Amino acid sequence: MRDRRTAMKSAVAVLALVAGLGTASAKDTLTLGLPIEPTGLDPTISAPVAIREVTWGNIYEGLTTIDKDGKVQPLLATQWTVSDDGLVYTFKLREGVKFHNGTEFDASIVKFSLDRARADDSTNAQKQFFEPIESIETPDPLTVVIALKAPTGLFAYHLAWGDAVMVDPKTVETNKTEPVGTGPFRFKSWQRGDRVEVVRNDDYWDAGVPKLAAVTFRFIGDAQAQAAALRAGDVDAIPNFTAPELFGEFENDDRFTTIVGNTPRKLVAGFNNSKAPFDDIRVRQALMSAIDRQTVIDGAYSGYGIAIGSHYAPTDSGYVDLTNALPYDPEKAAALLSEAGAENLSLTIKCPQMTYTMRACEVMQAMVAEVGVTMNIEASEFPAKWIDEVFIKHDFDMSIVDHAEPMDIDIYARPGYYFEYNNPAFNEIIAKATVNSNEAERDALYGEAQKILASEVPALYLFDLPRLNIWASKIQGLWENEPISQVYVRDAYWAD
Amino acid sequence: MTGIFLRRLGSFVLTLLIASLLIFACMDLLPGNAAAILLGTAARPDTIAALEQQLGLDQPAYIRYLSWVAGAFTGDLGNSASYGVPVAGLIAERLAVTLPLAALALLLAVALGTPMGVWAAARWRKAPDRIASGFSQIGIAIPDFWFGLLLILTFSTGLQWFSAGGFPGWQEPASGLKALVLPAVALALPQAAILTRVTRSAVLDVASEDFIRTAQAKGLTESRILWRHAVRNALVPIITIIGLQFSFLIAGAVLVENVFNLPGIGRLAYQALSQRDLVVIRNVAMFFAGLVIVVNFLVDLSYLWLDPRLRARR
Repeated sequence: MRDRRTAMKSAVAVLALVAGLGTASAKDTLTLGLPIEPTGLDPTISAPVAIREVTWGNIYEGLTTIDKDGKVQPLLATQWTVSDDGLVYTFKLREGVKFHNGTEFDASIVKFSLDRARADDSTNAQKQFFEPIESIETPDPLTVVIALKAPTGLFAYHLAWGDAVMVDPKTVETNKTEPVGTGPFRFKSWQRGDRVEVVRNDDYWDAGVPKLAAVTFRFIGDAQAQAAALRAGDVDAIPNFTAPELFGEFENDDRFTTIVGNTPRKLVAGFNNSKAPFDDIRVRQALMSAIDRQTVIDGAYSGYGIAIGSHYAPTDSGYVDLTNALPYDPEKAAALLSEAGAENLSLTIKCPQMTYTMRACEVMQAMVAEVGVTMNIEASEFPAKWIDEVFIKHDFDMSIVDHAEPMDIDIYARPGYYFEYNNPAFNEIIAKATVNSNEAERDALYGEAQKILASEVPALYLFDLPRLNIWASKIQGLWENEPISQVYVRDAYWAD
Repeated sequence: MTGIFLRRLGSFVLTLLIASLLIFACMDLLPGNAAAILLGTAARPDTIAALEQQLGLDQPAYIRYLSWVAGAFTGDLGNSASYGVPVAGLIAERLAVTLPLAALALLLAVALGTPMGVWAAARWRKAPDRIASGFSQIGIAIPDFWFGLLLILTFSTGLQWFSAGGFPGWQEPASGLKALVLPAVALALPQAAILTRVTRSAVLDVASEDFIRTAQAKGLTESRILWRHAVRNALVPIITIIGLQFSFLIAGAVLVENVFNLPGIGRLAYQALSQRDLVVIRNVAMFFAGLVIVVNFLVDLSYLWLDPRLRARR
């Protein structure tokens, strides 16, 4: 008996010893939990948001950048001028910038990066951003002159996106697995399926930045596992917590700071506008009037989120609150349906499998049933099946998905886009806004475009998804909001 | 012995070929393709076409199939569309987590399940038997991923002895091993319960055989009868189950891998499937097929070693 007890004791001791390993953490490193692992680490060749979260502004930098408020700011270009006709952009480049591998950053790099993005065989997910470029000239190593085919109001803004970061010609083949940029952190390692580690770039052009010595991005898909990792101290912060129903528990826990931020992610239930009866504006307006947005927010996202009346995020420049254009009014909805002769409407919504989209579909199903509409929910695997059936083949009545790109109202003017919405008046306004370099005028035009969508409802505009931030309470300098997909750690540090 | 081996090798290759055709055909029928997924909801058709060409997705199916098979013979399994690295390396990285995890779980299951089953059979219808069958009832009823959540609640967020998930790599073997302890326990419990049940009934079956009565009549001790005669003869069904369990633990641990956020091969297959990274899925599926065949073969070989009568018959 005594032997056994001793054995037990030593077993416990060994267990405690093993358990104690690796728990010490210095205060100049940060471990962040992200819901999705990136597929490759080169934002210039594929679209997934997760790539930007790890790399945007941390590893790679562009000529311009976007600040916390969504405004364009200089980065690798210190300043730029635009000719009066809006056709020629002259960028002055920052001196003394080096890539992590020692390559000097200069005008030839800019020309290479932008030419690569607009080349015929380019696989840049936002290739249309580079389409307006007519020519790129490099009169001296620190000057780049870009001539455009037509004025493009958002050109400098688009150059701030992850798709437009500067890359070293020598590393383009390997950036996907070993990214090399000019950013404040250099890539250290990628344990696939688990984590990406970056360390401070000691040669960074902005002296004294960054404050952290190392940052680890850990990929934790399961919401319960995210919560457990926070509570166990495995991660210091989860900037984009994916389980709204568990967020409340952290709000009452003083080890953590919790902030509900904004994102450009608009949850939108799009119609196939060329298909009867959705080509009838009365049917679309009826369905919008049948929906109480707040109930959708409560049901799908535990009440976090901001109702929207159009395809425009509250964080984007020129936002107009249009939630009252077609407010919740079931009687009006029923009247519109009978006017359109669609009283016993039955439709199918292709719904991705994400928890919040499924819940939103169920809430909408119940609300449209109140006005006599039968909504069948068909699960559609996202992204694979959804992109194939809805996005490419347009085989759907209705669908629901969040559109994550900021300032993307122009998709309704794009020929062949999946909404099949074709409104010449709307297209004209977008065309005018696109070429306008005056911000106030452009905002006014985007305001008009929003009003058209809010009254014509080619899609049901539901709500703007929140960014649920959970950080250890001593972390400072992370962004609350998401003017563009980011987990920007350049300015993060630990307060004492 | 060589005859058996050659025959086995032939059927091994044939099975793999059939499996490869089936896997390739099924994967090709899935809607969606990797290029469109990688380029997202802003991409234009010509950009998607350019990426399809880069990834070789624009080639006819038979050419893609043949180049896969030809590549496999030269050891080149191709590159993952989403990760952009060779698939062979990806699978090897994941096996470095999954194989030790499966081995550890199986070890725990065998160490717990078989003695308990033997004990239950030896004390048939007495208290130990009831305890063992109670344990196996509970063990089979509890899903492994849910048990994993309980372990995390207790030992990670509660006592903070273990991290709640993730895998730090094998650079420090101790911390790598530590990360596998809780998931191995979670995986082992249901398997131990199954083994307890199988062992108990296998030993009980043998216990009613004539040669046991003969042994008792010869006056052998209780424990000698149990271990030398009953258990030895009950080993064939037990080994069969252990073989099945090993295959299951490698291919079927995806839920537990998810709960513990382990970069194992199950999660690789799952991620690849959602990204339509067909190059990865087909090779992982082939690996599973090959694994099952090899494990079955090893189990068959063990029968020959365990049971001299089978050797004589061949």
